[in-house]
Amino acid sequence: MVRISLDSVNALFAAIAEREALYIPTDTAPGIAQFKKWQSGMEMTERLKTSRSAKDFFFPQTENLVDFKVSGKKIDIIDPREETEDFVIFGVRACDAKSFEILDRVFLSEPVDTYYQNRRAHGTIVTLACSRPSESCFCQTFGIDPAAPGGDVSAWKREGFLYLEPITEKGRTLLSGLSALLEECPEDAVEAEKESIRGILKKLPLASLTPDAFGGGKTEKYFDSEKWKSLSEACLGCGTCTFVCPTCQCYDIRDFDTGHGVRRFRCWDSCMYSDFTKMASGNPRLTQKERFRQRFMHKLVYYPENNDGIFGCVGCGRCVEKCPISMNIVKVMKTLGEDET
Amino acid sequence: MQEAMKKRAKELLASGEVTRVIGWKKNEFDYDITPAVFESAEEIDRDFRYDDFCGPNLSKFTFKNQKNDTKTLVFLKPCDTYSMTQLITEHRVNRDALYLIGIPCFGKIDIEKIRADGTDGILSIASEGADVTVKTLYGDKTYVKADVMAERCLACKSKYHTIYDELMGEEGEVMETGRFNEVEKLEAMTPDERFGFWRGELSRCIRCNACRNACPACTCESCVFDNPDTGISQKAAADSFEENMFHIIRAFHVAGRCTDCGECSRVCPQHIPLHLLNRKFIRDIDKLYGEYQAGEEVGQRSPLVNFTTDDAEPDIVRKGGK
Amino acid sequence: MNAETLIPKVGVVTEVRIDTPDIKNFRVVGTDGKKLFVHKPGQCAMISLPGIGEGMFSITSSPTNTEYMEFEIKKCGCLTSWLHKIEAGQEITVRGPYGNGFPVDDAFVGRDLLIIAGGVGLAPVRSVINYCRHFRDRYGKIDIVYGSRTKEDLAFYEEILHEWMSPEEKDVHVHLTIDREEEGWNGHVGFVPNYVKELAFDTDKTVIMCGPPIMIKFTLAGLKELGFDEKQIYTTMELRMKCGVGKCGRCNIGSKYVCKDGPVFRMDELSELPDEY
Repeated sequence: MVRISLDSVNALFAAIAEREALYIPTDTAPGIAQFKKWQSGMEMTERLKTSRSAKDFFFPQTENLVDFKVSGKKIDIIDPREETEDFVIFGVRACDAKSFEILDRVFLSEPVDTYYQNRRAHGTIVTLACSRPSESCFCQTFGIDPAAPGGDVSAWKREGFLYLEPITEKGRTLLSGLSALLEECPEDAVEAEKESIRGILKKLPLASLTPDAFGGGKTEKYFDSEKWKSLSEACLGCGTCTFVCPTCQCYDIRDFDTGHGVRRFRCWDSCMYSDFTKMASGNPRLTQKERFRQRFMHKLVYYPENNDGIFGCVGCGRCVEKCPISMNIVKVMKTLGEDET
Repeated sequence: MQEAMKKRAKELLASGEVTRVIGWKKNEFDYDITPAVFESAEEIDRDFRYDDFCGPNLSKFTFKNQKNDTKTLVFLKPCDTYSMTQLITEHRVNRDALYLIGIPCFGKIDIEKIRADGTDGILSIASEGADVTVKTLYGDKTYVKADVMAERCLACKSKYHTIYDELMGEEGEVMETGRFNEVEKLEAMTPDERFGFWRGELSRCIRCNACRNACPACTCESCVFDNPDTGISQKAAADSFEENMFHIIRAFHVAGRCTDCGECSRVCPQHIPLHLLNRKFIRDIDKLYGEYQAGEEVGQRSPLVNFTTDDAEPDIVRKGGK
Repeated sequence: MNAETLIPKVGVVTEVRIDTPDIKNFRVVGTDGKKLFVHKPGQCAMISLPGIGEGMFSITSSPTNTEYMEFEIKKCGCLTSWLHKIEAGQEITVRGPYGNGFPVDDAFVGRDLLIIAGGVGLAPVRSVINYCRHFRDRYGKIDIVYGSRTKEDLAFYEEILHEWMSPEEKDVHVHLTIDREEEGWNGHVGFVPNYVKELAFDTDKTVIMCGPPIMIKFTLAGLKELGFDEKQIYTTMELRMKCGVGKCGRCNIGSKYVCKDGPVFRMDELSELPDEY
């Protein structure tokens, strides 16, 4: 384990940025933190969470897939991708770091999504332990430990120092290039911090939330539940929960006429949207109840069924904070699961 | 007030005057409020809530959850009554199936302002008089209510109810709280500065459509942006300027019908001050056609749909925007 | 499969044939004049006209056709309307093949086959029919029940008359029907589900079904009445799709993705899925 004084953290950022693009969470508006490309003078946010998740780095909101040149009856196909550059994301929370594994199971399963794969291969993730979890956090529900946040390098802030521990080969490579700035410290330097975090976790209002009532094979149990109606009653059918969610990965593919050709891009889509399943011949999910149900059934039942019991939620709590009508997966789990426990 | 509302709602349910009650209920945390339909006294006793966190405008919720064959009681804050009046004017809700009760509002708290102050790990919040007390995992804090009130409430246009069958509490008045001050600041900018301001704000947009879906003026059966047959449907920007156009087109579409309820800004997960676009339109309509407030009375005609021979010809038409 | 699954190939439409008033048949090859890829009966491909959109269509030609692929497309939405306007020589983009296809090389082998289709629903099963006709000895008796609204709405009518119903065909029996009486039609009149019941097939058959949902629903009920088991019946589904590789989430029903785990499902598998199709 190594450490650096928090006063010198800018020097650390500068040293990383000299080699590759560095992104850190920074305040971009009152109450809003986002990951931004680091430039000299940029400060890391004090906020726990960025308002968008970190999935953008690997699965951006819009991304060009292919360009077409059309002339008369002829079509030329152009792969618009340029070489992906190496980059570092600094300050990813444990929940977001875990979300990458959930996305990997979708995008890196056969047939591999090479757009995602390229970015994944070039990104190094430095996580940051959550010294002050929020009331909306429930990552522990899904077995995530914000005191040991994972990633390629894990970091902790404690008493004026930033502690760093490499987890993967990528992480070791990153830190070995920065050794001039970092001082060695005992392996147990962050034990007190870990203990403090785990102590707070026990006191969180959602500490007792469990996913035990859910998982693969529960489709029949919950699909026709009467409760979906009242749960979805106030749903606006917007995409806020989907778009701030680190694990939602549905996308749409659209064409855009640039005036010089056609650009085919993909963009985030939401199963909460009324046109998500709309076809020329009709729509199998006619009301918001069915769309709402799909989103939660997917995270709590369908995804685990296909992925060795792993849930499609990391408990980051963004939907809890951002839903315009305060309806979220916590409420769904509590309401559907209450007969169970 | 909450207890009086619960009592009255239960009376009306018991007498059979109404069969459904539209109000608010608490969710996970003190500040988490969800619009809801209540159909029994038990539900009301258990879940009904009215306090300084009940921001959601129930007019749009009523539009989405209306039933023609039965009477529904809806509680409306003063600013919600403007939206309801506008919806009735536009024949988007069936007035005969509604029983409207006007209730007072003393300004709603914006939890995001409390968060923006760095307060996190919130265990409880209580608002009493001018004080807002927040208990958190990391210590307690007290705020002056005015400091953590929603922007739209700080610039409240009215404590007066434009429609009701019954009023609880005392009637208020239309207020002058400088709600166009921010618009004037924008107007004072050079075009480049203004363009920069909006590009900066709108650059945070994630096209989640929360603003549109929460907006009581957005009641189209199928929005042009959702309908693949319109040729302009879009989910995400193919370039960033196009993304900005979504908001501008939406502002045009609700111009003259927007009552300035501020739901668009309340629901925006990215804190974009969308209400300023609408306020600019309201301001322009006021200047060009005389003062006009949408949702003031049932049946009123917006200047934008009401031709008169001495209608102003806006500069943008005469001078081609120069 | 193409390593870049979201980047299509260019296909050339070499022939457009008007099949019925609202169905056209498109022959497609690669720019080198050869077939774009090999597929199994029942698999699909994503076809697009850049700038208009992309859509999933079943490949109606049999894999045994080594020269070209065919798509049988009914005009019903934006993309299909544009496709109906194109002429021979037009380039389109194609990616695929997608989906599981029918088990023609295992579960169907040695079985008597009952193929039931309605309207443009003949398109995916035509691939099966022509594959099984090609490898005729591998399969038992083949019965085909096919119906449309009118005579002129019967897809592949010429092929049915001159090839499937040819006296040289070995043990292939075609039963055509149209919804209402019309002049010049001496065949059966009535809806497909009723006709299937009237024909009272032996239950010792494997059934392959494709058509509008209402036809599927009533035919299934009829087959069950005759004593067929859900495990004997295969169908192919249509849902909105975008990626074709089980990632975009659109065609997700329960834990299945129709584009990847389907579009062919056995009825008993389908019954286990939530009712959302």
